[in-house]
Amino acid sequence: MKRLSFWIKTTQAALLAIAVCFSLGATDAGSRYTDLNHRLMCTCGCAEILGECNHVGCPNSAGELDELRTGIANGQSNQQILDSFVGKYGAIVLAAPTGHGFDVVAWIAPFAVFAAALLGTILLVRRWSVGRTQAVAADTSTMDPAERERREQIRRETGDGGF
Amino acid sequence: MAAFGSFALLIALALAAYNLLAGALALRWIATGQPAAISPERLADTARRAGIAVFIAVTAAAFALIWSVFTNDFSITYIMEHSNRALPGAYKFSALWSGQEGSLLLWAWLLGTYGFVLRLTHKTDVKLYAYAGTILAGVQVFFLAILCFAAPPFALYQGAIPDDGNGLNPLLQYPEMVIHPPMLYLGYVGFSVPFAFALGALMMRYPGEKWIKVTRIWTMVTWLFLTAGIFLGMHWAYAVLGWGGYWGWDPVENASFMPWLTGTAFLHSVMMQEKKGMMKSWNVWLIFSTFLLTLLGTLLTRAGLVSSVHAFAQSSIGTWFVVFMGIVLAVCIFTYILQRSHLKSEHHLESLVSRESSFLFNNLVLLTACFVILWGTLFPVISEYVVGNKVTVGAPFYNRVAIPIGIFLLLLTGVGPLLPWRAASFKSIRRNFVLPVITFWVTAIVCLVAGVRPWQDGALDQGNFYALVAFSVSVAVLTAIFSEFIRGAGVISRQTGKNIFAATWLLTRRNTRRYGGYIIHIGVVIVVIGLAGSAFDRNTESELALHDKMTIGPYTLECVGFTQDSNLNYNSEYALLDVYKGGKKQFQMTPEKRVYLITGQPQTMVAIHSIPSWDLYVVYEGTNPDTGQPIIKAILNPLVGWIWAGLVVLVFGTLVALVPSLSPSTASLRVPARAAPSEPALKGGRP
Repeated sequence: MKRLSFWIKTTQAALLAIAVCFSLGATDAGSRYTDLNHRLMCTCGCAEILGECNHVGCPNSAGELDELRTGIANGQSNQQILDSFVGKYGAIVLAAPTGHGFDVVAWIAPFAVFAAALLGTILLVRRWSVGRTQAVAADTSTMDPAERERREQIRRETGDGGF
Repeated sequence: MAAFGSFALLIALALAAYNLLAGALALRWIATGQPAAISPERLADTARRAGIAVFIAVTAAAFALIWSVFTNDFSITYIMEHSNRALPGAYKFSALWSGQEGSLLLWAWLLGTYGFVLRLTHKTDVKLYAYAGTILAGVQVFFLAILCFAAPPFALYQGAIPDDGNGLNPLLQYPEMVIHPPMLYLGYVGFSVPFAFALGALMMRYPGEKWIKVTRIWTMVTWLFLTAGIFLGMHWAYAVLGWGGYWGWDPVENASFMPWLTGTAFLHSVMMQEKKGMMKSWNVWLIFSTFLLTLLGTLLTRAGLVSSVHAFAQSSIGTWFVVFMGIVLAVCIFTYILQRSHLKSEHHLESLVSRESSFLFNNLVLLTACFVILWGTLFPVISEYVVGNKVTVGAPFYNRVAIPIGIFLLLLTGVGPLLPWRAASFKSIRRNFVLPVITFWVTAIVCLVAGVRPWQDGALDQGNFYALVAFSVSVAVLTAIFSEFIRGAGVISRQTGKNIFAATWLLTRRNTRRYGGYIIHIGVVIVVIGLAGSAFDRNTESELALHDKMTIGPYTLECVGFTQDSNLNYNSEYALLDVYKGGKKQFQMTPEKRVYLITGQPQTMVAIHSIPSWDLYVVYEGTNPDTGQPIIKAILNPLVGWIWAGLVVLVFGTLVALVPSLSPSTASLRVPARAAPSEPALKGGRP
């Protein structure tokens, strides 16, 4: 019990430390331009992020970046700017699926699959280990006491049961 | 030469078909014990010899194509489209894989080479090798059929033969492009061999796990080639594309990464089967999936299913691949259903906290990563099909979804080796994990103090946050791995009196597989540290007239001249930049821009100055048409060199793991007992 409370306290301290780290030095100033140009694609067909497109003589990226600057200067919100780009160039201008409509599936599926697989694995391992414990219990109940003592001794001496 | 090459391919196809049919028939007769007019063993041997002859015939075809490139035989369409007279010799070789027909021929040739080695070493286990050889012949028939009927590399040019060819894509005219595709293909094609062994072993209900031991070297060598191929591709993208990065989550990059993930999962979980007879069905499906993913990768590259920067090799042979993948999947499912009783596990996991379950979780994470990449790659197609709306799934998606998974995997890299087999006690966990946990927190605090803060301008900076976690986990994992080395070496040192370095060397040689694996993990950690450095990239762009300066990080770049050069293949423009640090001239960089004469396509040649802490990466972007001034872009990429260094460690670790372990020095020896000395001998007299 003492051990458990030690680990709980350690975990609490760690979480607190993380929370402090996140809150330190936070300010309200934002770099929206950099953020937004990394959420948009260049539409020239180079398949590069707008903020990273460096094609020699790219016909589109300079114009798009100007549009972005204008949008920010006009006081548009991030969503309004992104919407205006989608309206002009189509959904492919966004570098990642949005959080609406069918796009949500893109975001949910990986985590859902991971969670399902993780849960399935844990349940499977637990079922196996419970089955084994029962089998061992059934086995040891009919075991010669001297043999049982010998096994216990081996377990004690090997510490963690490894080999 | 075109006729010779075409005939060589047709002969190869006929021989491969014979290998498949005669081999299958012979194995069927052997399995059922049916009486036959010809001895099934002799028939199987003729099939094997036909397989060897396939290699010779495909080699002849590949030689014919290379000969045609070097002799500028533009009567062959492929040569006309992918080569020209001024193309340097080394790049004439790369013409073999610069287009679809040539790269399929390369695939068939490599498959023939692997098959040749396999068939020559058949005495290891004649029956198992006969099954594997026959399955490989089936794969070979598919590729040769495509080469003969759908994508013939020796098709003749229609109309007047031109004086010169169209030349090689400028992106491919870079030294790494001479070795990157063959490496990648060696990896792709190589997975056919463990696939063939796994399917063959399942078909014949192979007793025991010997087939895994037989294929272990094949799988590891293949994995090594694929790993090296992927990294060479990254380096090529870094040095040639000029955007300052090395991985763009392009569908074709993803296609090479997916079989790597499942192959890595297979290399881990197969140990469970070898040691404890567990996860047999899982392993069989892992290797089936890996093979299918190599085909999917080729399908994505060649069929234009998804848009990619690798568009230079698209075509309409996608249907062939879809049909073949369907056949392979059907054969795998049918065989599995028929023989699944043979794959029952001999043991089950006993505890959630054990070495076995760490392997299981490692597999889970690797496969989730594979799913994420497959999902992201195919989602634009799915979205278009479901809602009629094509979307882009780019780096922001993968960064948000794949990086956390990657960090979790990195964590398992360190945790797994610290857990004992079967079950771990609280005591052993505390003993093994205290040091790594301490180093984790110390690193996190040091990084925070040094300025790696997960916030920027009041908001969470995802890049910095992941970098902080990646650095901390990496150091913890390194601590865990080194403590394993030190613990083992300490025991040997005490036993033998050797110093710690000699003891570590002996420890590694005694179990090359285990400690080679740890070295590979060290390599992976070094790569991750390099990748985490990308969170701190800085870049600047400026027009530089003569003697103008620009500053990035600690460097000041001064333009000291511009020059031009020309050869038969391309014209080039250079900028000469003196680089100063602390007011002292350090070195000169010469970023270049080439324009290839035959295609008129421009190509950047980036200048890179690499030191362990960062790369100074300079791109000559051309001249501003309004001012006529050259535009220079400079990027400071922290820790990139660690990625390539990590690859070296990774390759070294794999080579160590491939070396057979020393026999244990504690093995008992039978020594004939000597007669007991007689009483007089003991007293110094004569016996």
